[in-house]
Amino acid sequence: MADAGEPEGPERKDDIVKAKQEGKELTKEEKQRLRKEKKQQKKSKEKKDDKPSRDSEKEKKPASAASPAPQTPTQPPAQKAPSAAPAPVPVPASETPSAADKPAKSKAELKAERRARQEAERASKGKKGDVGPQAAPGKPKAPPSELQPVVKRLPEHVQVDNPEVLKKLAKKLERQQTPEYNAATKVKIPLRSDYGYKVSLFSHLHQYSRKAPLTQQLGIPSTVIHPAIVRLGLQYSQGIVAGSNARSVALLHAFKQVIRDYTTPPNEELSRDLVNRLKPYISFLNQCRPLSASMGNAIKYIKKEISNIPSQCKEEEAKRKLLNCIDCYINEKIVLAAKAIAKYSIEKISDGDVILVYGCSSLVNHILCEAFEKNRKFRVIVVDSRPRLEGREALRRLVQKGINCTYVLISAVSYILPEVSKVFLGAHALLANGYVMSRVGTSQIALVAKAFNVPVLVCCETYKFCERVQTDSFVSNELDDPDDLIVTRTGTTQLEHWQEVPSLGLLNLVYDVTPPDFVDLVITDLGMIPCTSVPVVLRVKNVDQ
Amino acid sequence: REKQLVEYFRAQMRKDPDMASAVAAIRTLLEFLKRDKGETILGLRESLKWATDCLTGEDSSVAVSSGGELFLRFISLTSLEHQDLSRCKKVMEERGELFLEKISMSRTKVAKLCHTFIKDGAKILTHSYSRVVLRVLEKAAAEKKRFSVYVTESQPDSAGRQMAEALRKLNVPVTVVLDAAVGYVLEKVDLVIVGAEGVVESGGIINKIGTYQMAVCSKAHNKPFYVVAESFKFVRLYPLNQQDVPDKFKYKADTLKTVQNLSEEHPMIDYTPPSLITLLFTDLGVLTPSAVSDELIKLYL
Repeated sequence: MADAGEPEGPERKDDIVKAKQEGKELTKEEKQRLRKEKKQQKKSKEKKDDKPSRDSEKEKKPASAASPAPQTPTQPPAQKAPSAAPAPVPVPASETPSAADKPAKSKAELKAERRARQEAERASKGKKGDVGPQAAPGKPKAPPSELQPVVKRLPEHVQVDNPEVLKKLAKKLERQQTPEYNAATKVKIPLRSDYGYKVSLFSHLHQYSRKAPLTQQLGIPSTVIHPAIVRLGLQYSQGIVAGSNARSVALLHAFKQVIRDYTTPPNEELSRDLVNRLKPYISFLNQCRPLSASMGNAIKYIKKEISNIPSQCKEEEAKRKLLNCIDCYINEKIVLAAKAIAKYSIEKISDGDVILVYGCSSLVNHILCEAFEKNRKFRVIVVDSRPRLEGREALRRLVQKGINCTYVLISAVSYILPEVSKVFLGAHALLANGYVMSRVGTSQIALVAKAFNVPVLVCCETYKFCERVQTDSFVSNELDDPDDLIVTRTGTTQLEHWQEVPSLGLLNLVYDVTPPDFVDLVITDLGMIPCTSVPVVLRVKNVDQ
Repeated sequence: REKQLVEYFRAQMRKDPDMASAVAAIRTLLEFLKRDKGETILGLRESLKWATDCLTGEDSSVAVSSGGELFLRFISLTSLEHQDLSRCKKVMEERGELFLEKISMSRTKVAKLCHTFIKDGAKILTHSYSRVVLRVLEKAAAEKKRFSVYVTESQPDSAGRQMAEALRKLNVPVTVVLDAAVGYVLEKVDLVIVGAEGVVESGGIINKIGTYQMAVCSKAHNKPFYVVAESFKFVRLYPLNQQDVPDKFKYKADTLKTVQNLSEEHPMIDYTPPSLITLLFTDLGVLTPSAVSDELIKLYL
C-alpha cells in the first residue's frame, strides 16, 4: 500500500522495509529490531501529542458501534486499524520467544520493553491514526484474537472534530488521483469544509452548505473525475436527486456511463484498474453528500462484479457483461422487489382502511397506487414536516391517481391518529439489530402510533439491509444545511443573522433511528418478517452469494 | 373421492381421540398419496392441494391447514431428484412416513422440555382443553411433582370441564373457574401454560377465545405466560390485530358453510401477540417469540 510513511527512523528500518517490499523473509533479528524501533517511535510520538484528542476519542469509543461496511473511503484506514491493534498486542507474545532465544537480555532492557509495551497499548487505544502508518511497514504475524479483543475503530465520518483525522482524510484525497500519462495534469479531489456553528452533540458530523458545492473547487477541465460523476455529485449536493432508491439508481446509471467510456490502459488489467478508477469517484460523491446504505451495498456489488471479471476476457465483452450486471441489479433489487412488496402489502390493506404515510417514499407510493388499482377502498393521510416538505410530492402523486387524501403537518399527528387504522413507513436502511433508519420524524410517528395501538408497517427492499448496528440517532447521522431552517414570513426573515448570535445553533437532521418494539411488521421482497429477523435474512443472503 | 377422503379422516380421528387433528390430516394425505393414480408430479401436487382444501372444509382449525402445507413442502423437496414417477412416489411415501413418525414423537419432546419449568408446589393456570398441556402435566405428575391446576371453563363448548376430568384421573388437585374470573385468580397463580392451535410468523399464537385476555392479565401481574405447541402448527400468517385473522379460521367449518351473516356469529379463536408471550415450548426446542420467525424461515425458505 502506498503509505505516507514515517520520515524519521533509522536506516536499518528502511533496509528492512525495502527487503519486505521485495518480498524477502525477514530474519528473526530484523523483526525484533523493527519492533523495538517502533516502540521507541511510539513513545516519542506520544509525548508530543496533546491529551484532549485522546480523551475525546476515548469517550466516543464506548458510544459508537462497528464501523459501517459501505464506507469505502474509510476502508484503507480501517484496514490499518486491525494492524494497529495487533501491533502493540502481539509484542508481548513475541517477547517470550525472543526472550527464550536471547537469554542474554539484561533485566533493565526487559523492564524498558515492558514499560514501552504498556505505553504502546495505552497509545493504541488513544490514537488510532498515528499508530497506523507506523505499524503498516512491519506487521507482526501473531493473531490478535488470542490476546485481546479486536479494537473496533470509529469510522472517519463521525470524527469530524478530531483534527488528526481530518488531516489524514485530506492526505488521502490527495493521494486518490487517477494517474494520467502526463504527470503534470494531476488534480486532487477537493476537501469540503464545514459551515456554520455545529450543535455540540453533533459536532462529530459534517455540516455542509448547499451554496458552496464541491464542484466550485474543481478546475476546468476536470480530468480526474468523469463528468457524469461530477453532474451526479452536484445533483446530490443540491438535493435534486433525493430519496434512497433514486440516489442508488442514479449512481448505477452514472457508473454505467463511466464503464462505457472506460479504456484499459496498457499493461493493466481491467478488473483491478477499473476498481481503482472508481475509488476517487466514490470519495468525491461522499464529499458531495454522504453515501447512503443502499448506495454502499450497490457499490460493493459492482466492485465484486468487476474483480470477478476473468483476465482473459476481452475489453468489449467485459464492459458488456458489467453493464448487463448493473441492469440486472437494478431490475431485480429495485423494480421487481417493488412489485413483490406491493403484492404482499395488498393483502394487508383491507376495504375501509385509513392509512397514514409520512414524507415521500417511492416504495410506499407505489404500493398505494397498486392497491388503488386493485380496487381496494381506502383513504390516505399524508403527514409532512419542515424543512423538506417532501409530503407534498407524495400528495401530488397520490391525488393524481385519484386516491382520497388528507394532508397534515407532523405536529398534528396525535390529533389525527385515532382515525388511523394502519401506518405505512418507508425506510432508508434496516440495521442488523432490527432498528429502522429513516427520514427524521419517522420514529416520532412510530412512537405515537404505538401509544394509540395502531399497527406500524415498514416497507423495505432487501438491498437496503446493512450489517451496521446503531441504537440511537446521534452516533451516525447526516447534518443538512442549517440555512434551510430560515424562513421568510410576511416580509420578515427571523433567523437571517443566526451566525452572529454566539449561543444559537441551527440543527437540521436528516435521519433518525426507530427501535424494533415500535414496528409491527416489515414487508420485504422475501416476505413479511418481524423486525427482529433482519439478521436471519442477512445470513441467508450471504449464504446465497 | 371427496367423501372417501373425509370418511378416512373422520375414522382416523375416531380411532385415536388423543391424536392431533393435524396428524390425522397428514395421515389421510399420505394415504391419499398412496392411492393416487396421477401421472405427473404437477398433477400430484394439485391433487394434494385439493385434498388439503377438502380437509380444511371438514375441520377448519389452523393446525390442519398448516399441517397440510408442511406435508406438501416436505414432500415436494424431493420431487426434483428422480426421473421416474413411480420411484419418486416411493421416495415421497417413505419421506411421508418418516415425517409422520417424527411428528408423533413431538408431544413427548415438548413434554420433556416443559415439565422442568413446573416447580414443586406450583399453581398453574390453563385455558380450555389442550392435549399437549395435558401431556406436559402428566409428565410433571410422573416426576412426582406436587402442583395444583386452575382451569377456565372456556365457553361456549365447556371444554375446560373435560380437561378437569382428565386431570382428576391423574390425581392432580384441579379447580374449574369462570372465564370471567381469570383476573381474580391470577394473583394466586405462579405460571400460565396454554396450548396453541397455530403459531404465526410474528411469534404470536392463535388459540381458543379467551387466551388473549389471559395473556394480557398475566402480563399485568408479571406472571410468565408459556405456550406449548408442536412444530407442525407453525403457519405462514402474520396478523396485525384480531381483525386481521382470516375468517376461515375464526369459525367452525359447519358455521362457515351454513351461516350467511358471519357478524352475528361469535368467533371461536383469538390472536395473542408475541409481546405477551414469555416462551414457546416446541419440539424444535424452547424458543422466544422472535426466534419463531427464524425457525419459520428455515422451514419454509
